[in-house]
Amino acid sequence: MLAKRIIPCLDIKDGTTVKGTNFVNLRQAGDPVELGKHYSQEGADELVFLDITASHEKRKTFTDLVRRVAANINIPFTVGGGIYELADVDRLLQAGADKVSINSAALRNPTLIDDIASHFGSQVCVVAIDAKETSSGWKCYLNGGRVETDKNLFEWAKEACDRGAGEILFTSMDHDGVKTGYANQALSLLSDTLPIPIIASGGAGTQEHFKDAFLKGKADAALAASVFHFGEIRIPELKQYLCKHNINVRLR
Amino acid sequence: MKVAIIKYNAGNIYSVDHALKRLGINAVITADHQQLLSADKVIFPGVGEAASTMHYLKQTGLDNVIRSLRQPVLGICLGMQLLCTHSEEGDVNGLGIFDVNIKRFQPQDRHDKVPHMGWNTLKETRGKLFEGFGHEEFVYFVHSYYAPICMHTIAQTDYILPFSAALQKENFYATQFHPEKSGSIGERILQNFLNI
Repeated sequence: MLAKRIIPCLDIKDGTTVKGTNFVNLRQAGDPVELGKHYSQEGADELVFLDITASHEKRKTFTDLVRRVAANINIPFTVGGGIYELADVDRLLQAGADKVSINSAALRNPTLIDDIASHFGSQVCVVAIDAKETSSGWKCYLNGGRVETDKNLFEWAKEACDRGAGEILFTSMDHDGVKTGYANQALSLLSDTLPIPIIASGGAGTQEHFKDAFLKGKADAALAASVFHFGEIRIPELKQYLCKHNINVRLR
Repeated sequence: MKVAIIKYNAGNIYSVDHALKRLGINAVITADHQQLLSADKVIFPGVGEAASTMHYLKQTGLDNVIRSLRQPVLGICLGMQLLCTHSEEGDVNGLGIFDVNIKRFQPQDRHDKVPHMGWNTLKETRGKLFEGFGHEEFVYFVHSYYAPICMHTIAQTDYILPFSAALQKENFYATQFHPEKSGSIGERILQNFLNI
């Protein structure tokens, strides 16, 4: 049976891993390659490396870091941040990334999704969506949560899927960093309506939150950062816990 | 030992190279017919689309080179599918090593997502590729098309239905999953292939 995936996310700024609360107040959390290796040995199913400064500073992503990750880590990994065109995708895949995650660039230029899917295949194309629940429903945000758009989360996710996205990585901005659980209602709606895998992001604070993301949120994968980086949750223990609650995970 | 990775217009070639380096093997990545024919082991990786890739292999004469290889060959993912008779993806004939037709997964309900993406278990493993395998091990898959169970099947996985996770016929070995991305289990499979 296909296993539910646990995905540590490494937010990268200037070559080191950082994690903020609600997208501000960055804290240092270690070398990305060492951390990634540590997680893969602990049983992480995939890794995500996001260059969080790339989008708003219009910087290209960190190809050298990607190359070092690819050389040292034997599980799949996704990279995101600063991807605007096919050439960026090509460069990152050549450096050894398995998938790319696009966010603001896809909102601004949705045909980028079609282009990536037709050139490299849907499996390469993760569409990341930062969204927040407002009085007029769930709205998508640009530039790491700095700029509100009028796009509705569910409509945009459906459009991304129709254009060829292979997975949706949904971050609830209200839940991110506050450790009170994932946005399970929105997750479950995404999972029920889209034929592609949904990755839950934003809100993990306890093992139970992961269980809820899979059972209530029906997510295919759950992503988290600080609870892993600061050792509050250890992946082997988390997986044992999920296994005890009849969630199919990869045990080693 | 000289290990050659077939260079063609498909992604994922470098991941295989990195995985071999971690096992202490410096492979040559090449489309040169002589280098491929004279290698001790040949790896045929791939992520991509079947019809356009097959067209490319024919144009470059690599199709005949691959068919004539007599040393151990390992096809991975699309590489495996192209070693089969035919693929529904682009309705194209493959290299015809494995007598089986590649089909697209048909979701049976709304929770059957395609592509089949992530970690799934191997069952009914047999042969040298899986030497030392005791119980059901997890490996990493990303694919929308599959090889049905057939006479060449040497490992099975369940997703929507049981399908061939690996195939073997004579010197040709192939995996639908990605050993180069399957952690330490994947490394053991690659090492088993190198030991053949």
